[in-house]
Parts: sequence; C-alpha cells; structure tokens
Amino acid sequence: MQALFGQLLLGLINGSFYALLSLGLSIIFGLLNVVNFAHGALYMSGAMVAWLLAQYLGIGYWPALLLAPAVVGLVGVVIERTMLRRLYQLDNLYGLLFTFGLTLVIEGLFHEQYGNSGNPYPVPEVLQGGVRLPFMYLPEYRAWVVVVAMIVCFGSWLVIERTKLGSYLRAGTENPRLVQAFGINVPLMFTITYGFGVALAAFAGVMAAPIYQVSPGMGSNLIMVVFAVVVIGGMGSILGSILTGVGLGVIEGLTRYFYPPASSVVIFVIMALVLLVRPAGLFGRQK
Amino acid sequence: MKKTVSIALLLALAAPAGVLAQGKGISDGVVKLGVLTDMTGYYSDLAGPGSVLAAKMAVEDFGGKVDGKPIQVVSADHQLKADVASNTARKWIDEQQVDALVDLVSSSTALAVMPIVNEKKRIALFSGPGTTAITGDKCNPYTVHYTYNNWALANGTGREVVEQGGKSWFFITADYAFGKSLEEDTSAVVKAAGGKVLGSVRFPSPGTTDFSSYVLQAQSSGAQIIGLANAGQDTVNSIKAATEYGLTKSQKLAGLLIFISDIHSLGLQTAQGLYATTAFYWDHDDASRKWAKRFQSHPDNKKKAMPTMVQAGVYSSVRHYLEAVKAAHTDDADAVMAKMRELPVNDFFAQNGRIGPDGLHRHDMYLVQVKTPKESKGPWDYYKILKTIPASQAFPSVEAQKCPIAVKK
Repeated sequence: MQALFGQLLLGLINGSFYALLSLGLSIIFGLLNVVNFAHGALYMSGAMVAWLLAQYLGIGYWPALLLAPAVVGLVGVVIERTMLRRLYQLDNLYGLLFTFGLTLVIEGLFHEQYGNSGNPYPVPEVLQGGVRLPFMYLPEYRAWVVVVAMIVCFGSWLVIERTKLGSYLRAGTENPRLVQAFGINVPLMFTITYGFGVALAAFAGVMAAPIYQVSPGMGSNLIMVVFAVVVIGGMGSILGSILTGVGLGVIEGLTRYFYPPASSVVIFVIMALVLLVRPAGLFGRQK
Repeated sequence: MKKTVSIALLLALAAPAGVLAQGKGISDGVVKLGVLTDMTGYYSDLAGPGSVLAAKMAVEDFGGKVDGKPIQVVSADHQLKADVASNTARKWIDEQQVDALVDLVSSSTALAVMPIVNEKKRIALFSGPGTTAITGDKCNPYTVHYTYNNWALANGTGREVVEQGGKSWFFITADYAFGKSLEEDTSAVVKAAGGKVLGSVRFPSPGTTDFSSYVLQAQSSGAQIIGLANAGQDTVNSIKAATEYGLTKSQKLAGLLIFISDIHSLGLQTAQGLYATTAFYWDHDDASRKWAKRFQSHPDNKKKAMPTMVQAGVYSSVRHYLEAVKAAHTDDADAVMAKMRELPVNDFFAQNGRIGPDGLHRHDMYLVQVKTPKESKGPWDYYKILKTIPASQAFPSVEAQKCPIAVKK
C-alpha cells in the first residue's frame, strides 16, 4: 500500500513534466496550426544550454532557469522568422516534416559534439536532500518541479484564456486578416507565440537537467509520449494537455508498479482507444 | 560396383576441394573487417565510433597489410536492432566479401548475426555483447567472445559484494537477452555464496529514462544490495535515480556492468564507491597507458575520451585476428579460427589470453572500485584496482559452458 502511494506521487511528478511540455506543443498547434515536432529537440537544447552555461561560464542553475529558455526562445524566433513562416499557407504536414528535419539536425549537432552518454548536472544546493514521507522519500528537487510546473501551466492558461493579449492571439488564429484590419500586428504575434512555446520547452529542459543526464537523446525519448498526451488531450486544447499530462503520468507510474513491461506502451494503448471513441481527443473540439 | 563408383565420385569431388583449401590464400585479394556497432544510440559512447577507431588503429599497427594483401575496415550502425544487424551482416558477407564482423555491442544484435556467420563461414569477433549464450548453448565454430561475458561480471562483482556481507539482493534488470542473462548469472553466484535474492524488476530497454519507480520498488524490497543488471545509459540513469531517492543511504548499489564512459558521464560525486568488474583499465600498466593515450589523442577521437573495455577489446581482437591470418596465410575462416585458438593473446589488453574450443576468450579481469573525488587526481583517474581475477577464475570452464561443439571434442 505504501509503495502504491509512492508510485502515485511519482506519476504526478512525471505527469507535471508531460504537462509542461505538451502545453508548449498545444499552444503552438492551437495558435499557429504547426505540429512542432522539434519540441523534444528544443527541450533538450534547453538542458544542453544550461549545461554549457555551467561548464564554460560557471553560470549556475538559477540564472540558467531564465537564461537558457531565453537563448533557446530566441533561436525559436529566428526559426519562425526565417523558415517556419513560409509554411503557414501550406498543409500542416509540411510544418511537421520541417520540424522533424530540424529535430534531426539539432540532435545530430549536439550528438556529434558531446557524445551520447550524457553529462552530469548537479541539483542546486538549496534543493539537495529530501523529505521522508510515511510512504516514500521525496527528493526536494522533485517537489519543486511539480510546484513550478503547476504554476507555469496555470499561468499560461490564464494568459491565453483570460487576458487581452490572449484574446488577440486566439482571434488572430481564427481570422488573421480581420484582426490585422484592426491594426494588430499578427505576424509579430505568431513570432511571439512560437518563441514562447519554444522557451517553455527549454524551461522544461532546464528543470529536467538535474534529474536526468543532459544528453542529446533526452528529447526524442520524451517527445513521442508528449505527442500522445497532446493527441489524447485534444490537439490545441491547453487545459486538455495539462490535465491529460498529469493523468497519464499517474497511469504510467501505476503500470510501472503493477506490470513494468507494459509501461512504455500503456500511453499509446490509451491513445488508440481515445482516438477510436473521440477522434478529436478528450478535450478537443471538432473543427 | 555401385559402391566403387560412389566412392570414386566422392573422391573426385573431394580432391579439388582439398586443393582449393590449401591454396586459398587471401580470397578476393583483400582482408575486410566490418565493425557493426551502435553509432548513435545508447551504447555509442562505450562502443560506437570508438570501436571503429580501435579497429582502424589495429590495422594501422599492422601497416595496413597482412600477408602482402591490403586490409580494409568498413563500419555500420546496427541501431541496436537485431534485424538491422542481421541484414547488414548478410549484405556485407554476400556483396562486399567481409571476412570478419567486429564488436556487435548488445547481446540481441550479436545473437542475430551468429547463425549468419555460421552458415556463411565468416568470423565474428564480439567485444560488446555480454550474454553467456554466445559461447554457451548457442555457440558456433566461428564466433569469438572476446572482452567479457556476464558470467565474469557476475563472478567478479557479485561474489566480492556477497563476501563483504551483502547477503540479500534485488535486481533492476534491462528486459532483454543481456539483462536477463546477467541477472540469472549473478543470482546463481549470490546463492552459491550463501546470499539470497529477494526479487527483481524488469524495465523496457531501450526506452526508459525515468527509473524512479523501479528505484522505489527496489527500496521497498528491503534488500541490502540493489544489483543493476543493465548497461550504458540505463545504468547511468538508474544510479542517478537511486542517489536522488536516497537509496544509497540505507542500501548499496552494485553495478554489474559499468563502463568507464558511464563513470565519466555520472561524475565521481555520484559514482564514488561503486564496485565494477572490468577487462581493461587504461591506467593499469605502461602498455595500457601508452595505447590508451594514443587512442585518446587520436584525431578521430573527437571527444578525447579514454577507451572503454569494449574499445580496447576491439583493438586486441582485430589484432589477434590479423596475427592469425598472417600465420595461416589465408583468410579462410576454419584455418584462421584454428590459428586464433592456437596462438595466445599477449598485448596491452590481455596477458596469455586463450580462446577456448567454445569460442570464449579467457583472460584476467580486474575488480575495481570507483575513486572518491578527493582520491582522483584528474580527468579519467577513476578506478582503484582492488584485485586481479586470474583467467581461470574470471571465466567459466569449457565444461561449465555447455557449448555442444566444444563438449563433443
């Protein structure tokens, strides 16, 4: 019973990661209609940049938490301005293929330079150690990850659903010409959105760096799961991706406990089932 | 009458074959080695490009020629997939006349190419895989298992840990041929030494990055020792999770297969104190230091990493193969295998190593412990060598191997 509670908590921790990543993916898809396959690679870049900052400039975790997403977000802006922008008019399959190619290039470059077995990134000093709960030992850093992920997820949701900027964004995706006619710079909004989505991925990467090794493969390990989360939650639904992210983390944790060999497929089984019953996803709207 | 005719016929058929075998020399005028390894995946740092480099260094040291004929090295990425490995092996042998396959890291790919080398009579020099089945019940006359096997790892680390008082064990096992075999072998050693095995959890590999849930199960098992029957990035990630969840405060980790690249990637802070059994450590003696530094500073070694035991084993196995080709004056697999078994291995990697009729290369192994950050004097200064395990104790005897072709003889 104790172990079960432990697994539930672990599921929650993993789920908050899934939520953080699928959130960025959902925002980009919801507003730009681009299936951003490069999300995993950008997540990895966030972790890599944090590691590079520590390695070569001696910049620690806390500044990196802001710096790395800023750097990677800027790269995202450049990608959007110079390349992705040209694909908006086309079928979104083109965006998917382009970002997939981008993933291979980014991962390839890091792999070539830093090998595959990863590099250590220490947990910041303040968060070392843990709390002994009645049913498990909870590392402080993991608790911190859950709290931050929840705050970021909720904050993003608020901005998009409840603010003026958010309403411009949503309107811009519905009818860009009309919104532009009101004097709003729609292309700039798209750039900001993509940059923000990318920065979110990079932020998750920095959060992940002390937990996993910082290695070029860390994004591709996760991206398939995150895509499944987004599909189950409903492409473009922000609330959907947050809730399913957390929920699937818990389900995966429980599978690891009861029948480990199935843990790597359980999410995809659920995805298949959901697609059969509700093709638009649990929280998705049929277009 | 009928009998005489058939005997005559047989003789007629046999005679030219015999003549051919004698005068075979180097077929198609070139000795070709194919390094089939994991170039980009989980094991690419411990084998991968470093294995290709090691093979090339062995060829360089041979002057690029054996018995007057050029030596060529080709390489490919098997992506840790058995089907890719067997397809590549078949293509290499059929279309490119590759004479020997090298490395084959990961047991599943090694087991997949074994029937092919057996059928086509080509030689496989395995340096990366660990499963004991290679020279056990699945053995064939054309395979050499060169660097280490799971039995050696289990006996080295497993026995030592039990002797130091680690009586109860729980395993975190990679769910494929290699991991399961390592768990079985170590369980047997633990039980034989008077310990007991409380259980195990098997995780999908590759594909698992988060080990916290397995670590938690290991923790709640209450075992004194948590045996890690996994390799490469899996080991690294499981050690990381174990440290994070405070497992190392009340229980001890025993990494059953640890490569120096794993230690490098973990950092000594996390890895300190771990026991490991290894076939090679660069800082062992003058010869190993000399070779390792050459490897490290080679222009092809972009990461400037020290060689792992797999990579050192690749060099040594290729070199031994070439020596055998030179001595046999042919690349005919049967003749070369006979020479490889006949000649001892003496280089920086092994002293008086011998390849048995089962194909297992028996040589000394080392039990090492990872240094603390204070003990380490610099980069790659990671191991204290606790003892040398002599070949006769490090590897199972031919009889114990249950290899059908070795037992018949």
